[in-house]
Amino acid sequence: MSLAEGTRPRNLPDRLTNRGTRVLRSWEMLLAAIAVLIFIANTQASPYFLDPWNLSDATFNFTEKAMIGFAMALLIISGEIDLSVAGIIALASTAMGWALQFGVGTPGLVAIGLAVGLICGAFNGVLVTRLGLPSIVVTIGTMSLFRGLSYVVLGDQAFNGYPSDFAFFGRGYVFWVISFELVLFLIFALIYGVVLHATNFGRQVYAIGNNPTAATFSGIRMQRVKMILFLLTGVMSGIAAICLTSRLGSTRPSIAFAWELEVVTMVVLGGVSILGGAGSILGVVIAALIMGMVTFGLGLLNVPGIVMSIFIGGLLIAVIALPRLFTLIRTGRAS
Amino acid sequence: MIGQALKSREAILAGALILLIIVVESRFSGFAAPGNLAGVFNDTSILIMLALGQTLVILTRCIDLSLASNLALTGMVTAMINSAMPGVPVVALIAIAVALGLLMGAFNGILVWKLDIPPIVVTLGTLTIYRGIIFVVSGGAWVNSHEMSEAYKAIPRFEILSLPVLSWIAIAVIAAFAVGVNRTALGRAFYAVGGNPSAAVYTGINVGKTRFWAFVIAGGLAGLCGYLWVSRYAVAYTDVAGGFELDVVAACVIGGISIAGGLGTVTGAVLGALFLGTIKNALPVVGISPFWQLAISGAAIIIAVAFNARSEHGKGRIILKKAEAHS
Repeated sequence: MSLAEGTRPRNLPDRLTNRGTRVLRSWEMLLAAIAVLIFIANTQASPYFLDPWNLSDATFNFTEKAMIGFAMALLIISGEIDLSVAGIIALASTAMGWALQFGVGTPGLVAIGLAVGLICGAFNGVLVTRLGLPSIVVTIGTMSLFRGLSYVVLGDQAFNGYPSDFAFFGRGYVFWVISFELVLFLIFALIYGVVLHATNFGRQVYAIGNNPTAATFSGIRMQRVKMILFLLTGVMSGIAAICLTSRLGSTRPSIAFAWELEVVTMVVLGGVSILGGAGSILGVVIAALIMGMVTFGLGLLNVPGIVMSIFIGGLLIAVIALPRLFTLIRTGRAS
Repeated sequence: MIGQALKSREAILAGALILLIIVVESRFSGFAAPGNLAGVFNDTSILIMLALGQTLVILTRCIDLSLASNLALTGMVTAMINSAMPGVPVVALIAIAVALGLLMGAFNGILVWKLDIPPIVVTLGTLTIYRGIIFVVSGGAWVNSHEMSEAYKAIPRFEILSLPVLSWIAIAVIAAFAVGVNRTALGRAFYAVGGNPSAAVYTGINVGKTRFWAFVIAGGLAGLCGYLWVSRYAVAYTDVAGGFELDVVAACVIGGISIAGGLGTVTGAVLGALFLGTIKNALPVVGISPFWQLAISGAAIIIAVAFNARSEHGKGRIILKKAEAHS
């Protein structure tokens, strides 16, 4: 993602020094504080907010996007990006709907959703790692290609009539108000948290993002790691496609439109550096909660979705701009 | 040698464009008639202008994803002023559109310049903010054709020498870019900043400021296009030009503007936009469902970027040599 490079050289000192960790920690603290504030504001604004079923419904605003967000976080930390995730959802959902016409049952549909995600991820991965193309452009292309293919199949039609047991993925509850999607979200948060922060693979992802040259010389098989990350992002998009299709109960080619931007917003809001090399899964989880709460809380106040997006967009810029602005003012006074 | 490589890149694209037109003509005679091609050009005018603005931004290693939202917001504002106060002369509305566009571009630019926030993050944010503001100012309502004054709708359609004013504006912008990018200090600075930001600093170029100007110019063009779009289609609503920002990036990529910065030409951007515009106009003519359009432009982007990458290695117009190449 060379276009995201600033004027600063890429080979900065390792960002995981003490100071870096401090900044990282304070970021998540800041996010958590914002999340708490929004939660309190929501409870004050609407008496319906604290109802357990309402809160449970609110989780659907972010679970599917956050699942993709975890894989996207790893990808962005490694210095790449995937803007085709919403296109993958559209194509995977269309493939499932198409298979449905031939009487494929729920297990088959799930397999198809996962397989399409994997194939799309592999396609992106090969273009980026084998041909050495910039991921931002490749995935802008595949975004159009994947969604375009579902327009070719569906046109202005829709696939309906998914089997009743298929509805479990998007509408099922595991226990009381705890939905299947929420459980899936928590499991993936745990898995990705462990993979990124406690395994060799996770360290390699950071290393590649921080200094690709040094990573290569220290024996990390960079292209292989990136390929795996593209595959993961593809599969997570496939899983999100299964959940979303199940929840909506139908497939249209416009399904999950513009989600790629929301997922990237969530990841960046969560403190993952768009320049690569820094970020945490905890941050993404809190960012997901913030975005879900904002959307739901404003929804209870009958604020239209598009106005909420102003808030999300403003939040994205503000959380990055404000700390830098303060630093600018402080250093300006010091000198 | 550098000139040759450049020539061949644009020559190949021009060749592909001509081939495309010939193929369509063979299926549907009359497509290549001058009148029809002028229509295709007119249809693509707005894409061309936005692609030129985006070209400057990409040349400096940035990207502007907010152009379509900027366009939609300025379009909506001019339409609302026009329907509320039909007395305001259209020239004033155009001035307002450009000023508003410049302002939004400057907002992006200042965040990139002064706060050093990655451009993709800034414009991802302003993409949703500008689009959201349209809803706030309009209340979600549409401004329809009958609410607009005749003068407001007439300008882009008014024909001079049998070419609509919209086309003439695009031609003027192309000419201004051809001169400005190749013959002015600022134009050279765009290449220098994208080609090698560190070296650009040493030659006395203010990298942040140059990027700022790229965003401002792109924003101003988007503002102008906002008026043109809304008056041409005679309707303004919240989702005008939704997703168009990616078409603009696609046009640049197909035109050989390197996303890594510092590489690309005005001719390339214009050809890239025309290529997309021709496909869009050709599909219904040859009887292919318009639903194929998205998939085809996606495939075109991938092919173009793969093709660019092959010819990008060490070639092209990098006016400040990379230090790594010599060490």
